[in-house]
Amino acid sequence: MAGNTTPTDFGNPVINWIDKRLPVFTMMQKEYGVFPTPRNFNYLWNFGAIAMVMLMVMIASGLVLAMHYTADTKLSFNVVERIMRDVDYGWLVRYIHMNGASMFFIAVYVHIFRGLYYGSYKQPRELLWILGVLILLLMMATAFMGYVLPWGQMSFWGATVITNLFSAIPLIGDTIVTWLWGGFSVDNPTLTRFFALHFLLPFVILGVVFLHIAALHVSGSNNPLGIEPKSDKDTVPFSPYYTVKDLFGVCVFLIIYAAFVFYAPNYMGHPDNYTPANPMVTPPHIVPEWYFLPFYAILRSFTIDIVIPFTDIIIISSKLGGVLLMFGSIAMMFILPWLDTSPVRSARFRPLYQKFFWLHLAVCITLGFMGAKPPEGIYTVISQICTFLYFAHYLIVLPLLNKYEKPLPLPPSIHEAILAQKK
Amino acid sequence: MNRFFAALTLATILLAFPAGANEAESQLRTPQGGWPQSGIFGTYDRGALQRGFLVYKQVCAACHSMNLLSFRNLASIGYNEDEVKAIASEYTVTDGPNDEGAMFERPAMPSDRFHAPFPNEKAARAANNGAYPPDLSLIVKARLNGEDYLYSILTGYTAAPEDMKMMPGMNYNDTYPGHQIAMPSPLSGDDLVSYSDGTKATKEQMAKDVTQFLAWAAEPHMEDRKRMGARAIIFLLVMAGIFYAAKRSLWRDLH
Ligand code: HEC
Ligand code: HEM
Repeated sequence: MAGNTTPTDFGNPVINWIDKRLPVFTMMQKEYGVFPTPRNFNYLWNFGAIAMVMLMVMIASGLVLAMHYTADTKLSFNVVERIMRDVDYGWLVRYIHMNGASMFFIAVYVHIFRGLYYGSYKQPRELLWILGVLILLLMMATAFMGYVLPWGQMSFWGATVITNLFSAIPLIGDTIVTWLWGGFSVDNPTLTRFFALHFLLPFVILGVVFLHIAALHVSGSNNPLGIEPKSDKDTVPFSPYYTVKDLFGVCVFLIIYAAFVFYAPNYMGHPDNYTPANPMVTPPHIVPEWYFLPFYAILRSFTIDIVIPFTDIIIISSKLGGVLLMFGSIAMMFILPWLDTSPVRSARFRPLYQKFFWLHLAVCITLGFMGAKPPEGIYTVISQICTFLYFAHYLIVLPLLNKYEKPLPLPPSIHEAILAQKK
Repeated sequence: MNRFFAALTLATILLAFPAGANEAESQLRTPQGGWPQSGIFGTYDRGALQRGFLVYKQVCAACHSMNLLSFRNLASIGYNEDEVKAIASEYTVTDGPNDEGAMFERPAMPSDRFHAPFPNEKAARAANNGAYPPDLSLIVKARLNGEDYLYSILTGYTAAPEDMKMMPGMNYNDTYPGHQIAMPSPLSGDDLVSYSDGTKATKEQMAKDVTQFLAWAAEPHMEDRKRMGARAIIFLLVMAGIFYAAKRSLWRDLH
């Protein structure tokens, strides 16, 4: 790579000197300056940059919090309150971090559904997509462990419920749970290791984001038409066209974020987390943070034990079944590029896929609402139907569409499509 | 057509399940005039906070601690330095060890925490029929619809319905989940405290004042927060406007 980089003249001797030895400026120029980008992005393409900004915000605010935080079951709750009350602008930093996690998930969920709608996961962007799903998984782990740190009632009981899931694994389940906890219940060793991991994982995410973007810069971006740019007329240099557009998008997103931080900082949180953790008192409803709710609903939708017929030997307990379904729901996203083999990317030209996309989105949102409800009666039934529809989308609908859907004709090129639309 | 279909799906879902989380099954009341601290421009009413502190100090503090507050925090509800010192010095704290290695008693200082009524949870339970009066520092944030809930609890003591079997030592409350609460009605009559500003200390007035005091205690920086929020959002709006204008003019020339 270094061998074939021709030094660029930046008109500044110091920069030229550095660039000759370490071509970071050439690289930035190539990847963010002149990088040819489809000229027809809509505002959904802002959410990658927004997610990036949120990652930075989380790392910065998290670092400040970590300077004042202490991981100890006897201290943590009060230490966090001390940050809120006595550290200069501590309340600000904590509310930024607390609401930032939610905003980060909002940005990434929009980013993912953008990809689903416009077929951004298809050849040649499969690895780019898989790295994205990996980021999502890492974000979930990070957010889950971060939520434990203030050591409120939901911290403790959420951690207990979720770590307990691993006990569903046959034979070694209980050993794994004991190992995760560092003891026989969620306790001080759990808290301290969660803090260490919560500090580490965002930097792992940063590394994967780097790979994600490196892969993006090999394939180039997809666009709302889902066709590859064919000539210079189809693209614009990333800077200034998309840097400025991204800055605008980021500002709008930050306005919404600020509205939460300053005017409704606890709206997305749970009141129970303002009560110190108490292993002796189980809250009436244990609910995870909103961004886990669809997965939580899937987890709880598996309500029967599967037994070997005519015996009472359980092959798959309802708990294990739920866990398998939950991980399966994410596994669907990993294998998606090979489930949907239609050569047409954008849903704009796939009349049937488009309808199923909206149905799928509706199913995911409904699952989210069901995750917040107690697992009983009609809620369980709705969760079960939606869980079925979730998997059916990937395993039945998409393969059938590959066979039977007739896509609309694609435009010859991006700029011709733009011109045609202008007329 | 497809947009219409999409909008319809989303609207159905959002309308079918309003308010995601667990809705409270209990009775909620808002006092007349609402809460001065709610809304975008809401601020605390200093007079109400001081009256509320008096109610806490003379009624609730017999059973409930407020461990997260120090006497010095009272400066931000409008007490001056001497008044804070005077309030603190009504209590004694155990300090030490001194140079001889002995613990000693001294009057509390503004930097000391509020005085807790019981040395530990066991003692608190022993004095309250086995029930534990929770710390009130964060109670408004620790309950759904904090202020309304609290006000409703305090004003919700009525006679139990005929058909309800009350457990011994429990009191009927129309707001508390399950309607049986171990706390005896703390504001059972008017004039439990005498307000120095001439406000009539009715049950409702005391409930309203102490709720406002506890709301402040749970979120003492709320006013700073809203003030800074206005500035941050105006700044972001201006920046968004500038970037939008820049984007428009940049993209206009592109053809
Ligand atoms: C005689 C002692 C006593 C006094 C005085 C008292 N409380 Fe309580 N309080 C309790 C006990 C005991 C409980 C626990 C109730 C239970 O668990 O059923 C409690 C519970 C509460 C709760 C929690 C209710 C819930 O949702 O869990 C609040 C809020 C509360 N008290 C507020 C107050 C306020 C405000 C005052 C002063 C106006 C006050 N209390 C005065 C004994 C007292
Ligand atoms: C920390 C979280 C993430 C960050 C910071 C991030 C960042 C970015 C950025 C900056 C881009 C380019 C600009 C854009 O398309 O908006 C991008 C593209 C992309 N991302 Fe992400 N991303 C994240 C998570 C994810 C996840 C979870 C997925 C999928 C599951 C994903 C899938 C994609 C795909 C497929 C592209 C190429 C899309 C296209 O150009 O059409 N990303 N990402």
